[in-house]
Amino acid sequence: MTKESRPLPRPTPETQHFWDGTKAGELRLQRCSECDHVYFPPRPFCPSCSSRSVRVFKASGRGRLLSYVINQRPHPAWDAPYAIAIVELDEGPRMMSNIVGCAQTPEALQLDMPLTVAFEKVSDDIALPLFTPAGGAR
Amino acid sequence: MSSVAIVGAAETTELGVIPNMSQLQLHADAALNALADAGLTAADIDGVATAGESPTAIAHYLGITPEWVDGTQVGGCSFMIHVRHAVAAIQQGLCKTVLITHGESGRSRIGAGNFRGGGGSATLAGQFESPYGVVGPPTMFTLPVLRYMKDYGMTHEQLAMVAVVQREWASKNPRASFRELITVEDVLKSRMIAYPFHLLECCLVTDGGGALILVSGERAADFPRKPVYVIGTGESVETPMVSQMEDLTSSRAFRVAGQRAMTSAGISHDDVHHMMIYDAFAHLPIYGLEDLGFCQRGEAASFIWEGNTRPGGKLPLNTNGGGLSYMHSGMYGMYALQESVRQLRGVAPAQVPGAEISLCLGVGGMFGASGCVVMSNIGP
Repeated sequence: MTKESRPLPRPTPETQHFWDGTKAGELRLQRCSECDHVYFPPRPFCPSCSSRSVRVFKASGRGRLLSYVINQRPHPAWDAPYAIAIVELDEGPRMMSNIVGCAQTPEALQLDMPLTVAFEKVSDDIALPLFTPAGGAR
Repeated sequence: MSSVAIVGAAETTELGVIPNMSQLQLHADAALNALADAGLTAADIDGVATAGESPTAIAHYLGITPEWVDGTQVGGCSFMIHVRHAVAAIQQGLCKTVLITHGESGRSRIGAGNFRGGGGSATLAGQFESPYGVVGPPTMFTLPVLRYMKDYGMTHEQLAMVAVVQREWASKNPRASFRELITVEDVLKSRMIAYPFHLLECCLVTDGGGALILVSGERAADFPRKPVYVIGTGESVETPMVSQMEDLTSSRAFRVAGQRAMTSAGISHDDVHHMMIYDAFAHLPIYGLEDLGFCQRGEAASFIWEGNTRPGGKLPLNTNGGGLSYMHSGMYGMYALQESVRQLRGVAPAQVPGAEISLCLGVGGMFGASGCVVMSNIGP
């Protein structure tokens, strides 16, 4: 998929656990100990109730395709067309990602299709959480 | 609380491709035109608000010694928010005569910074959006729309119709970048940019600027132009990441800013004669009409399809041709405000007969922020 390297994330102290997780093959979310709210992106407090008492947990890695575009514009790291998606995780939070193991067409990319996380190692330090259709490539 | 009025309003002398002016000079060109419009000079200005450049740079360049400045920069609706803040500053006596400027060398990139979606690689957008291949607004602002289409049954043809109607308005405007009438088929045959968005459903990229001058309502009669009173305002922000919108079919910032603006103006939907909704992409008027309650959920595309926002329709919308056909420098909000002022002065190229109340809704970022201004040519 990639030609040159894609823009890589630079973890901060608040997000390091997430990127440590993807490197270890885990999708890590956070849950508030006070109000049970599950959220993303990472931060060391609850965006729902402001509590600092939050914990990291391993998410199921399952979700559904909420929306996407299929980009046709040139990008140094990709051969267009490719889809940029918003995935809603079973635990609630949403994240941007790419859908892999699947044609990048409106016919193949059906909204609400179930997805499973697949980690792609893109550097020594970073693995990105991508998603594939649940049940394997189709 | 005393009223505040817009007594000077102007765009840059030229719009479109302006390779002979830096971004800073585009601000100044618009500011000088607005000062002339109001019969003032820079020496009369004691408040400066701007985005894209700092208020410091604008004040120094124009020779202004301000006692109040506002550099709120939340994207293309920053100027709506500047209007709101200027109203409060004038009412509180912090300053008397506010100049709001915009200038952007969006196309020629003369003296302009580079647009970098998402910011640095350690920001949240840099970590959680940039790695997935986003290429500027056409791949981000557009992301929620398939969800809207599935949830409400909006068709590709209905989305295309937004561009068709706005071109109809632009055809009446000699300053519009694109004036030739188009059909739904033309839109759907234009180059795919990011499915489901075709080229003609995406805004232009042009050069230009605009400026406004505001004073207290008591002083408004002393100026040469018909005053346009600011009767209601609202502002809000939601998220710097489109993937984190609470609801992909609705903008929280639109809802908060729009409701506050209409409530503070004391108006109902039927009172609005003319409307501007910042249209960086074709879905924005649909979201705006629903989020402000002009249409029920899922009904705005049909409302536009049926001709309600066209010339002669019951709710004239984006009457300059909008960001899709008039111009779009990057932070388009200033041009939407300018068109509201022209309509309420009665001097718009595609004038809405008898328009007395105009509502102008701006967006910033990718559904990240919003500012809303309700204006009237009837004094308090």
